[in-house]
Order: sequence, then C-alpha cells, then structure tokens
Amino acid sequence: MAVLEVRDAHKRFGATQALDGLSLMLDQGEMLGLLGPNGAGKTTLIRAIAGRVRLDKGTVAVHGRMLAAGAQRPDLGVVPQENALYPLLTARENLETFGKLNGLEGKRLRERTAWALEWTGLADRANSVARSFSGGMKRRLNLACGVLHEPKLVLLDEPTVGVDPQSREKIYDMLSALRADGASLLLTTHYLEEAEARCERIVIIDHGRAIAAGTLSQLVEQAGLAGRVVRVSLERETASPPAGFRSEGGGTELVANIRDVASELPGLLTRLQQAGLGVRDLDVRTASLQAVFLELTGKELRE
Amino acid sequence: MILMFVRNSWAQLARDRAAQVLAFVVPLVFFSIFAVIFGSRGPTDGTSRVRVAVVDESHSDRSKALVRALESDSSLRIRTRVSGGVPGKPGAPFTRADAEQLVQRGDVAVALVLPAGVEWSLMSFASGERVKALLLHDPGDPIAVRVVGGLLQRAAIRAYADASGDSTPAGARELLPLPFEDRAVVGQKRTSPMISFYAASIAVLFIMFSATAGGGGALIEETESGTLERVLTTGLGMTGLLIAKWLSIASLALAQIVVMFVWAAVVFGLPLGEHLTGFAVMSVFTALAASAFGLVIGTLARTRQQLTGLANLLVLGLNAIGGSMFPRFLMSEELRKFSLVGFNAWALDGYIKVFWREEPLAAIAPQVAALIGFTALFLFLARRLASRWETA
Repeated sequence: MAVLEVRDAHKRFGATQALDGLSLMLDQGEMLGLLGPNGAGKTTLIRAIAGRVRLDKGTVAVHGRMLAAGAQRPDLGVVPQENALYPLLTARENLETFGKLNGLEGKRLRERTAWALEWTGLADRANSVARSFSGGMKRRLNLACGVLHEPKLVLLDEPTVGVDPQSREKIYDMLSALRADGASLLLTTHYLEEAEARCERIVIIDHGRAIAAGTLSQLVEQAGLAGRVVRVSLERETASPPAGFRSEGGGTELVANIRDVASELPGLLTRLQQAGLGVRDLDVRTASLQAVFLELTGKELRE
Repeated sequence: MILMFVRNSWAQLARDRAAQVLAFVVPLVFFSIFAVIFGSRGPTDGTSRVRVAVVDESHSDRSKALVRALESDSSLRIRTRVSGGVPGKPGAPFTRADAEQLVQRGDVAVALVLPAGVEWSLMSFASGERVKALLLHDPGDPIAVRVVGGLLQRAAIRAYADASGDSTPAGARELLPLPFEDRAVVGQKRTSPMISFYAASIAVLFIMFSATAGGGGALIEETESGTLERVLTTGLGMTGLLIAKWLSIASLALAQIVVMFVWAAVVFGLPLGEHLTGFAVMSVFTALAASAFGLVIGTLARTRQQLTGLANLLVLGLNAIGGSMFPRFLMSEELRKFSLVGFNAWALDGYIKVFWREEPLAAIAPQVAALIGFTALFLFLARRLASRWETA
C-alpha cells in the first residue's frame, strides 16, 4: 500500500488554478523528488497534504486513509522552507515545543529531544538560542523539529536551500537515517542535481499537473531525450558546426545527441577532423535532469 | 546624491500608508481628542459644568434663594434631590450622608452643605462667630472645590441682591458673603492622592501597548517566521493557539501591573497591602481584557506596519479619552459617558474605586462585569479575524 496517494487534486485561488488534476503516489521507504518551476503548484500540493489547503476536488490519502483538510495528521511531519523556529528559544526549547505540539510528553519527549540534538550535531549547542545559529545549524534544527515525533511520512520543502555543501551533505545523511528508520519522504527542491542523485523517483509538475513521473531514465524517455549527449570543447571557435552538431557556449562548444555510442561517436569525431577542428575535451553522458526539466517545462521565465 | 536620498525617503513614505497615518493622521486625532477634552471645559460650553450636590439643612428663605442662585449659574450643575442610583427615597432632599456618599462615589465633584443657621451668616458681615457652609470634596479634583467656593460667593451676592435690590453691601470687598470651610471625604489618609490614579493609568496604558505588540506577535510574527504554518499542522489549531497567546500576553500584562503597583507602593507609599484583594481582582480582569484587545489588533492587522499604525492610533486614542492621560472625573459628563466605549476606562474606574474611593469589593462588580464582556467580545472578534490564517 502506498504511504501517500494524491488523486486528481484541484485547487483554485481566484483566477489561478494552482492544482489542476494532480495525482501522485509515494511508496514505503521511498524518497520522491517533487520538481517544478516557480508557481507550478508544489507548495499548494505540500500544504494540501499537510491539511492547510482545502482541495476543491480530489483526495489525499495517507496509509490508505482519506484525510480531510484541517484533520489531524499524527503520522505526518512537515519541514517548511523557512526556518520555522522561535529565534529566542534555545535549540532544546524549540525541539521541546514542537515535540509537545506533536503529542510527545514526559520521558518520551526528553528521549526524542536528546536524539534530535545528537542527530543534528547540535548537542553542544543545545542551550544556545536559535538566533545565534548559522544557516546550516538552523536548517538542521528546522528539520529535526519536523521529525521529532517519528512521523512515517515527511514533507520537506526545499530542505537544503541556502546552506553550504557540507551542511547539505549532512542534511542528506540525516534524511538517509530517517529512511533507514522507515520514513517515506516527499521532497521539493530546485537543486536538480540533488534530486537526480538522491531521489529514486521524481515527479515533475507544471501548471498544477504532474507532467512526468518516474526514475531519471524514465523521465529521459518521456522527454524524448533518450540516448547520449556528446559535448565537445574545441580549440578554436567555429561559426559553422559540422553536420550532427549544434553550437553552444559561444562557438567553442558543440553538442550532439546520439542513440548508440559505439556506432555513432567515431563518425562525429571524423567530421570534426575533416572540418579542421581540434578537440580539447570530450564528454559523453545521458541527458541530465536539468535537460529533461527544461525540455518538459520550457525555458520561459515564470515570474 | 543627497537630494536623491531625500527624494527616495519621500517616495517610500508615499508608498507606505501606515507611515503616512503615523506621520499625519495620528497627530491630528490626538490634537482633536485633547481639543475636545479641554475645549469642553471652556466657560461657554454647557457640558463643562461642575457637578454639585446641595444639602439644605437650613430650610430658610435665604438658603432657598441661595440654592436658586446656584442653580441659575451656568458653570454649575446642581442636584438637590435623590434620583436613580442613589440610596434613599427618590425625590427626597439630600441628607448630609447622601452628599458625602455622592462625592465618595465620584458622582459629584463637590457637595455643599448649608447647615441650620447659615442663613444668618449670609451677607452678614458682623464680627463674631458665623455658621459656615461646608464643602465636601474629592481631593482628586482640587480645582472643583475652589471653583465652587468662588461661585458660592457670587451666588450669595446674587441671592442677597434679589432679596434687597442692593448688590453692593458695605464691606463686601473685605469679607466673604458666605463663610465656608471645606473637608475632603475621599483619600483623607493619603499623602499623595493621585498616586493610585497614575499607577493605574500608566499601567493600563503600557499593558495595552505590550498587549498589541504581543497580539501582533501571535500571528504576524509567527507567519513571518514560518512557525504559524508549522504550528497549525499540529493538533493545536487556531483556537488553541489564540487561547495560548491570550493567556501568555495576559500573564505578561499582569506582571507589568504588579511591578508598577509594587513600585508605587515602595517608592510613593501607595497602600497596596490594604487593598490587595481589590487590586488582584482588577488586575487579573484588566490583564485578560487588555490581552484580548491585543489579539484583536494582532489579527486585524495584515502587516507589521499596519499593526504599528493601528496600535498607536487605538491605544493612544483610547487612553486619551479613557482617562489615562487626563482624569475622566475632570472631563465633561458627555465625554465621560462616551469614554466608556473603551475597556480601559472601566479598568481605571475600578482601580480608582479600590485605591482612591476605598469602596468595598462588591462596588467594582460593574467594572469587572464590563471587563469580562469586553474580553468575550474581543476574543470572539479575534477568532473571527484569525480564520483567514486557517485552511485556505
């Protein structure tokens, strides 16, 4: 049974159709990446799952149980994009506050608070006020406040935004530990390389609908970008790329799409040689999530 | 470069309505409030008349003529008989005890007692002991007794002139037409009668400020920090959150009141220990009402700028008409009645009854009931207004 199932979600705010028949499913122990341009409907979807938005149509079910907006969701943990902390409370007090709000009491609260302080690496700063923390420390505390009560489903809205690579790595280690303990994670992010590297499956949403879903290779297929991308750095600029190439990066970089490396790559290199273009570097890879994302959602600015 | 900054600051002001209100509207509102308060005390305004109860124990023609002269004075509002709210048979002439009670309760500023035999003192400039009129007064309004004392002399001359046709008796410049003595019937034991009034008024003013700041923190700050969204995904809910905020703000307000009164007791000799129960009752209900008021402002404002503008306008405005800056018992009767639209006026009345008029605990029941009513109304409004933060 799916941990989370959203079916045919519709939500309109005035003239804006924020969700327009969106459906998705999250399996047990999975980390699902939710991608989309700004205004695609990600936040509305997260808020609908959290019970903060009442759907005009459609359903949200957690562990097969339909949830009404405003109904309690004890199995759910929400980690908002903002560091939703009380700045003048200490790390321990913030954890205790959100632990109590999520139903923890007494010994259990103390145990979970101690666990969270260790888990976040903030044990030695337990009695420092949150305001004095670095961005990475606040992010980790923000994450811990959302999962202290051991929810089986965790919604993470841009959990690594604005932190350095070390903190980002630490946060993903923390998320891996959560999954090892049996939690399922739904993650929104604009860091496509993170989603590509960390999520088993990805759902791309735009204009309130899921326009593609699956593993990276499935998304590549759905975007019509199957095969390999050959990227060549030239020793000099060229105004007229040889057949099969297109120019990128101001004429010193050429790109070609091929389906089979062994049979098509030699021909490409021969054509470069015949055109008198020396090759400085060569890169062959599958289409990136970034390419898939731009292919599916377009390059037009959204805001 | 310098001109650019000047231009930019005006451009920003032009786009910030709250700042415009603070800069231009709030001062006008304040000016208007004080103009009404002090303007109404002008000699030509009938609303500024000093309220005086008159007890005629002489029952003589002369004393009756004097009362008529007092009644015809446009600066005085004379009451001579029992009416609604005063113990005794309605329509019966006031007794000395009635008059004393009226002053103690703040219903009149001064009571004039014309004892038997006073008629022989009226316009009699003979040497020797004369029966004196008695002015019972509240030292909280030190001006009123002086005004009435002066007007009493004018009325005495008028009454004499009406009777004799002569308005310039010999020796009138040197001797009083009607000798009188005055006696305070409230706060006689106090070294500084206004300490309790100012302790209450300043405490109420500042708990309203801190309550509006706290009320704003209830939702605007939590929205800005993202904690509201997080809290509302838990089991607490909006009603629970508002109740929690209400009680936390009220506890802070209560602490502020206690600090203010303890300071007043220690430094200025306020008799806090003698009125501990009344103080506790008034403070708890005042703090709860102020906190609920703060929640209304906090839920009404959509931005921090709006909160600042609304808080300044309402808190200062309510306190100006509610008696924190200018005692209500010095205001015109109409303004005194109007000021009861603010809960703070009821709170101040309660404190004055406890500390100044030293009335029994039951006497503050109307004030406590009003504060409970205001609190319920404010909580209802805050809950309604807060619904926009709930599920979209």
